[in-house]
Amino acid sequence: MENDLINITVEDQEGTVRDLEIPTDISLSLMEVLKASEYDILATCGGMALCATCHIQVLDDFELPAPGDDEADMLDTLHNAQSDSRLSCQIRITSELQGMRIKIIGAE
Amino acid sequence: MINTDICIIGAGPVGLFAVFETGLLKMRCHLIDALPQIGGQLSEIYPHKPIYDIPGYPTIKAQELIDNQMEQIAPFHPTFTLGERVEKLEKLEDGSFVLTSNEGTVITCKVVVIAGGLGSFEPRKPAVIGLEDFEGKGVSYMIKNPEAYRDQKVVLAGGGDSALDWTIFLADIAKEVTLIHRSDSFRGAPDSAEKVFNLASQGKIRLLLQCNLNSVHGNGKINKVGVLDKSKNESFIEADSLIPLFGLSPKLGPIAEWGLNIDKSAIEVNTFDFSTNVEGIFAIGDINTYPGKLKLILCGYHEAALMAQSAFKYVFPDQKLSFKYTTVNGINEF
Repeated sequence: MENDLINITVEDQEGTVRDLEIPTDISLSLMEVLKASEYDILATCGGMALCATCHIQVLDDFELPAPGDDEADMLDTLHNAQSDSRLSCQIRITSELQGMRIKIIGAE
Repeated sequence: MINTDICIIGAGPVGLFAVFETGLLKMRCHLIDALPQIGGQLSEIYPHKPIYDIPGYPTIKAQELIDNQMEQIAPFHPTFTLGERVEKLEKLEDGSFVLTSNEGTVITCKVVVIAGGLGSFEPRKPAVIGLEDFEGKGVSYMIKNPEAYRDQKVVLAGGGDSALDWTIFLADIAKEVTLIHRSDSFRGAPDSAEKVFNLASQGKIRLLLQCNLNSVHGNGKINKVGVLDKSKNESFIEADSLIPLFGLSPKLGPIAEWGLNIDKSAIEVNTFDFSTNVEGIFAIGDINTYPGKLKLILCGYHEAALMAQSAFKYVFPDQKLSFKYTTVNGINEF
């Protein structure tokens, strides 16, 4: 099978960098994977793009599908959002994420 | 003053089902919710979205589920306080509780059931140097009385609809209006964005795009704010008031101050009966946490049923509880 595992690199709020290996058929959002990997993310709203506590930055200009309206609206209200900010609950795990580096911002 | 057996904080699907389960055991309920309508997130956030995991309904729209639940609990005549948030909870010596809302409504009860879902939506406070020091001294996160800004130098920050709307509104009232936004465009209503750009080009407001609010200064009261531009240079603007408008975020709010064990913004409970560490207070639905917790409506329903069995002993300490099926006994209105 091709691309059945992807690697992404995660920098947490303390600056610790770790690689995660994720099966592409896991059928989860990136937020759910980060939570399951014991990262300190509240995800209060459970993945509805409402609380922004799963805020991340996608580094190196890595190309992802553009955010939907709900996500873009929420990012727009965040004081600390950057041009590379995303809500990890709105990113599905797919083979397109192979090699991505992200930084967890979390709750403001 | 409202006197009831059980006060349920939160009128979402789980809070409503708690009325049913406790109603079967002849306990009376009063519900209080910070939102102006019944239904919690389902009515406020996604009333038209279909839900697929309610047993017996292959699909049901969120608002329809709430409407059905209201019909289901009608025989038990629950009462409601809406648009108010419980601020204070006090436990009396006899084990009963007194709850007070932000509007001064007082509720006395024998059992408190927290079914608060995500918590209440509160203004998001940005990480800005000195911001909290000036809360109530020129910094506010919502506008209650626009007249208070007449002839003032007002700085707003944010890029959503409320930032745009208030900038337009205050432009006619305040002496000077500045809007700070981190991007160079607005996602809010295009009409409002255009109005703001027009006001700026007419010199009626100051529009600082690609800028970030960085610091707040003053002496007892705010007198200026620091703004970082794209190159991270800070400049200062005179201000009598600062209104950061960065959306709403779900927070536990005053619940966090009631001596309950909290883990990551959720209330720890015993899965035997979903009781908290404070006797007589239960937490059910999305607001609680325990090993294996799933934030599902149907799990909240289960939690409500088990909670009701334990709540009974606080409401009717002298009675013995006998478990009965609705198929045998029906629903006995009271």
